[in-house]
Amino acid sequence: MQSQATYNYKVVRQFAVMTVIWGIVGMLVGVIIAAQLVWPELNVHEFLSYGRLRPLHTNAVIFAFGGCALFATSYYAVQRTSHAVLFAPGLAAFTFWGWQLVIVLAALSLPLGFTSGKEYAELEWPIDILITLVWVSYAVVFFGTIVKRTVSHIYVANWFFGGFILTVAVLHLVNSAAVPVFAAGILTPKSYSAYAGVQDAMIQWWYGHNAVGFFLTAGFLGMMYYFVPKQAGRPVYSYRLSVVHFWALIFTYMWAGPHHLHYTALPDWTQSVGMIFSLILLAPSWGGMINGIMTLSGAWHKLRDDPILKFMITSLSFYGMSTFEGPMMSIKTVNALSHYTDWTVGHVHSGALGWVAMISIGSIYYLLPRLFGKPEMHSKKLIEVHFWVATIGVVLYIASMWIAGVMQGLMWRATNVDGTLTYSFVESVKATYPFWTIRLLGGLLFLSGMIIMAWNMFLTMAGGKAVNAPVLAPAAAH
Amino acid sequence: MDINDLRSLFTVLAFIAFIGIVWWAYSDRRKKTYDEAAMLPLDDDSPFVPSAPQVTKNQERKSS
Repeated sequence: MQSQATYNYKVVRQFAVMTVIWGIVGMLVGVIIAAQLVWPELNVHEFLSYGRLRPLHTNAVIFAFGGCALFATSYYAVQRTSHAVLFAPGLAAFTFWGWQLVIVLAALSLPLGFTSGKEYAELEWPIDILITLVWVSYAVVFFGTIVKRTVSHIYVANWFFGGFILTVAVLHLVNSAAVPVFAAGILTPKSYSAYAGVQDAMIQWWYGHNAVGFFLTAGFLGMMYYFVPKQAGRPVYSYRLSVVHFWALIFTYMWAGPHHLHYTALPDWTQSVGMIFSLILLAPSWGGMINGIMTLSGAWHKLRDDPILKFMITSLSFYGMSTFEGPMMSIKTVNALSHYTDWTVGHVHSGALGWVAMISIGSIYYLLPRLFGKPEMHSKKLIEVHFWVATIGVVLYIASMWIAGVMQGLMWRATNVDGTLTYSFVESVKATYPFWTIRLLGGLLFLSGMIIMAWNMFLTMAGGKAVNAPVLAPAAAH
Repeated sequence: MDINDLRSLFTVLAFIAFIGIVWWAYSDRRKKTYDEAAMLPLDDDSPFVPSAPQVTKNQERKSS
């Protein structure tokens, strides 16, 4: 029942390998800036100063590491669940090389000081245009493959991947709208946002929070809905719940952005709407988490000796944790304590390291042997080591940031009887040092895990041949 | 009717649409389709295909 044609695994292989490479690069920059907070002397040159490396870190881990993982897994899942070869292979190759060029340009331009100053959208306008071209090509390849499918149903993972691709296109176009200026010459790109004042802030955080909701959540949920059932060897716990999960996220995420602007010039009612929708988000998030974890229902024993499954189920636990923490932090009174402190940084990393990175790592471990013609990864033991090193790293990271954040919030709001501030700002900085050191250790552990993964990956690739599995016949669709 | 009435109306319609989706997803009619759909990722292969054709340089060039 298998036909002669084979799936296009080449682009999947390229993105899968680069996921691990960019993961190491992005996390290394994270470790460097964490060290700079502990030892400020490490700011050796303006190109390598904290202010320029920090956006490089966020761009590298979100768009280089996370982005490559999303390209690899979506191209793999959409082909296999559609029983169709990737549409427009030339365009798919362009998405790979174009995306790598975007990453290299980011790695050069951010340390050189070119920035539009918009968080998670710092890249200047020429790179923004290249991103748009790559992203439109991605949409054409992905949706073209869906159109080509030889099965009737569009599997739920593809709905999540598709929602992520469409939304990110809209977010990028709207938020990056800017007026370029050429006063300093063509080689020094500079632009000003098309929006002003509080509108600019609101559009930035409409973008910022939906980047979390669609780039860092919907896309990785697509990964979860394909790779967790595959690794567990069982269908998803409730397919109906997955459909409701998808639409609930789509209907609510768009409104949650204002919680980034509590107690600012943003109108009060907008802040309240943002808070309420953030609270509502708890329901679909936990619905999705339960759906993922319960997929293992009746097969919990598999968790005991399958480190890839451990990565996936732990990632879902962190997803549940951070999507409980997030709505709680969006409540105005809680936000009054948590905002601008390291608690926010801890929250982001419980999502980014615990959920996004771990589900990606699990999925890439699933993919690598299948892409290189091996029965399994070179060493299962090393996956196990990676799992524990990474988990301890995340726990150290978020626990230290919780303590640091709550402490900073309490110190900043403490007043004496006469109404003066009890602590100066620098006193809170001084008190935070030990926790920044623990955070550095946590980050270092997580980075070590990625290096172990790279080692394991190269040993798996060594002697392996690139394999493209045959396309499944339409008959498999019952 | 000003623009804000239309915005409120849109919010209400979006909510009704969502309730409709929940009702539709949990209707009995969808059960068989969903049971089949849920098997899509699992039906597709043995975990490892040793007989899968290995990619030579020429094939790779052709396919890309």
